[in-house]
Amino acid sequence: MSNFAIVPGLAYGSQLALGALGVTLVYGVLRFSNFAHGEIMSFGAMATILVTWALQARGINLGPLPTALLALPVGIAITIGLCLVTDRLVYRYYRQAKTQPVTYLIVSVGLMFLLGGLIRFIIGPNDQVFNDGTRFILKAGAFKAMTGLDQGLAIKTSQSITVVTAVIIVCVLFWFLNKTRAGKSMRAYSDNEDLALLSGINPERVVMVTWIITGALACIAGTLYGLDKSYKPFTFLQLLLPIFASAIVGGIGNPFGAIAGGFVIAFSELFVTFAYKKVLAYLLPSGFAPDGLVQLLSTDYKFSVSFMILVIVLLIKPTGLFSGRTL
Amino acid sequence: MTPRAKHLSLFGMMALLLIMVGTLQSWNVALTILNLCLISAIMTLGVNIQWGYAGLFNAGVMGFTALGGLAAIVISVPPVPEAWQAGGSRTMLGLCFGGISIGIAVVTWLKTANWGKKRYWLTGAVVIAGYAVMRVTVDPGIAAIEAVEPAKTGFLGGFGLPILFSWLVGGAFAAGAAWVVGKIALGLRSDYLAIATLGISEIIIYFLKNEDWLTRGVKNVNGLPRPVPYEIDLQGAVWVQTWAERLGIPVIEASSIIVKLSYAALFLSVLLVVFWLSETALKSPWGRMMRAIRDNEIAASAMGKDITWRHLQVFVLGSAVVGIAGAMLTTLDGQFTPASYQPLRFTFLIWVMVIVGGSGNNLGSVIGGFVIWFFWIEAEPIGLALMDLITAGMDPDSALRHHLMENAAHMRLMTMGLVLLLALRFAPQGLIPEGKR
Repeated sequence: MSNFAIVPGLAYGSQLALGALGVTLVYGVLRFSNFAHGEIMSFGAMATILVTWALQARGINLGPLPTALLALPVGIAITIGLCLVTDRLVYRYYRQAKTQPVTYLIVSVGLMFLLGGLIRFIIGPNDQVFNDGTRFILKAGAFKAMTGLDQGLAIKTSQSITVVTAVIIVCVLFWFLNKTRAGKSMRAYSDNEDLALLSGINPERVVMVTWIITGALACIAGTLYGLDKSYKPFTFLQLLLPIFASAIVGGIGNPFGAIAGGFVIAFSELFVTFAYKKVLAYLLPSGFAPDGLVQLLSTDYKFSVSFMILVIVLLIKPTGLFSGRTL
Repeated sequence: MTPRAKHLSLFGMMALLLIMVGTLQSWNVALTILNLCLISAIMTLGVNIQWGYAGLFNAGVMGFTALGGLAAIVISVPPVPEAWQAGGSRTMLGLCFGGISIGIAVVTWLKTANWGKKRYWLTGAVVIAGYAVMRVTVDPGIAAIEAVEPAKTGFLGGFGLPILFSWLVGGAFAAGAAWVVGKIALGLRSDYLAIATLGISEIIIYFLKNEDWLTRGVKNVNGLPRPVPYEIDLQGAVWVQTWAERLGIPVIEASSIIVKLSYAALFLSVLLVVFWLSETALKSPWGRMMRAIRDNEIAASAMGKDITWRHLQVFVLGSAVVGIAGAMLTTLDGQFTPASYQPLRFTFLIWVMVIVGGSGNNLGSVIGGFVIWFFWIEAEPIGLALMDLITAGMDPDSALRHHLMENAAHMRLMTMGLVLLLALRFAPQGLIPEGKR
């Protein structure tokens, strides 16, 4: 059970949480739902992959850890650059013109197209595997020998890296938002724009900081997802829905909610599509074990689970689970 | 330039472009593009009803298109009696159970308004119990249906009616789905509607891909009956042969041109009807009310207009038009391939059409559909030619040149994004602005 649900759930949840954090930050400060976020993640992952390849070509690696970790800072820098450039060229005009949020939304769709095309143009639409280093941190057989249990537990390196990185990033982010001057001004701006302006906060600076954080988060999330599964440009459009769902379920604009939402979505996806056959076989007396896989929903409907949770939350508590406090 | 002259020149240029393709590439290609332009124009009209009239952002165009496609197979494919015998009644019974349990759940929810927390648990329990009953009944039925000659059929088939009929049914399917989505998401903020519709469209596609008993899933349904004659019959007809001889073109080409022209005539008549209806609606008191709601919801509701209900109405209407277009698309293709529905192509491209054409203006939507579809198709040859030109000086074997040529096809995504961004920035009103009334 833990093998196929809890460990991947933790990893997937961390990836979603990092993605949702980016969406939530943009929403909190710039006040629109960024449809291009999936493509920004994809772009970040692509940048990291390209740097990884360059490093691999020079024979540099991190031993058991994937080389991508070494390339990640460069990828982050490139993604931040992308975010700042798009903000300068695209979003700033609308911000100064004080356009409606829905126009922003359409603009982000345009950006999604543009980035999607750019990514496919640079790296092509195919699958790219860039994970090297040891595949498993704990092999199923080794676990059996270690604990004497008859069911194996395997932990992939990429999964543990994902969880560890996510924890570090989230800690740093909360420290930044709550303790530093820039973070505080961001929260103030998101809370009440006019009041923030009155107290002398420079809006352009706040927006810039937001994009820097968003770019970094998106690049990390995209790279981790790519490491864990594999990198394919079109999957990031599909990821957009679970990410939005995580952000909304947690209460959009609320970073803590985004993290909680990410794990809620990830675990419900896995538990709903989990094959309960073996579990039931343990719980029920022998001979009563069911024939089928006993799935609540077939695995193909994985993505729809996030949507169903989204709908339920929208119906019952439209402000999300952790509403009230933004940023 | 008067508006009328401008419209005429825009459509004239469009016609010229198509004629250019006809003479330079081939008339077959030109007519294929024209047919899809017509369908795109209808879809754009549908989205324009939602966005231009009422300001609703629907990011689920793909789902409604696919539902139209589903209607095409449900209506036109002949039924598979073996499959019906194997598990039809059982599946239908299970689906009835499902419907009944949804009904019970809704009633429970409505009747227990003052029960506090217990309300959620009770409704949840009803839903779960109903789902379990449905699954237990349906699963064996579906398995039996899918076991009937899976390579050839493995699904229930349809009603075997003329496929033209499915255009209306496609509209009805999409309208039904839109009603459910609208009920859930329309009372909320605009972003939520966008995300909710994006989600529902993905779910519809997953449903169509995986419910093999209904749609054959990724095995596709091929060879849908046609509303127009087949090329092979035309080639045998005497009048086609004489006509082809007089024009000096091969009979095979002539027959396929005739087929495409008859499709074009069908699509054009639908487009004209939809266009006329939309224009009439826009000019009617209803249209003025919709614009009033779009421009100032608070003022409109102070005047006693029921905003949520009007939004639902316009959302259902627009989606129905998209559904009709979806059924037409599947009719034209002659096959239903759930895997071909991609949000970029079926949702966001339609949005580019609406914005570039001119939101709020039906004529603008039509020209937007034409222009964007034309360049979506032609961007590939143009992009290739451009890349050829850029890389002409390079070594023919160089890796960079190879890479550029290979990926030139993705230029069109970039072009569309750029077009959308530029249009929003420099001509937010679109090619044909809404104008003052």
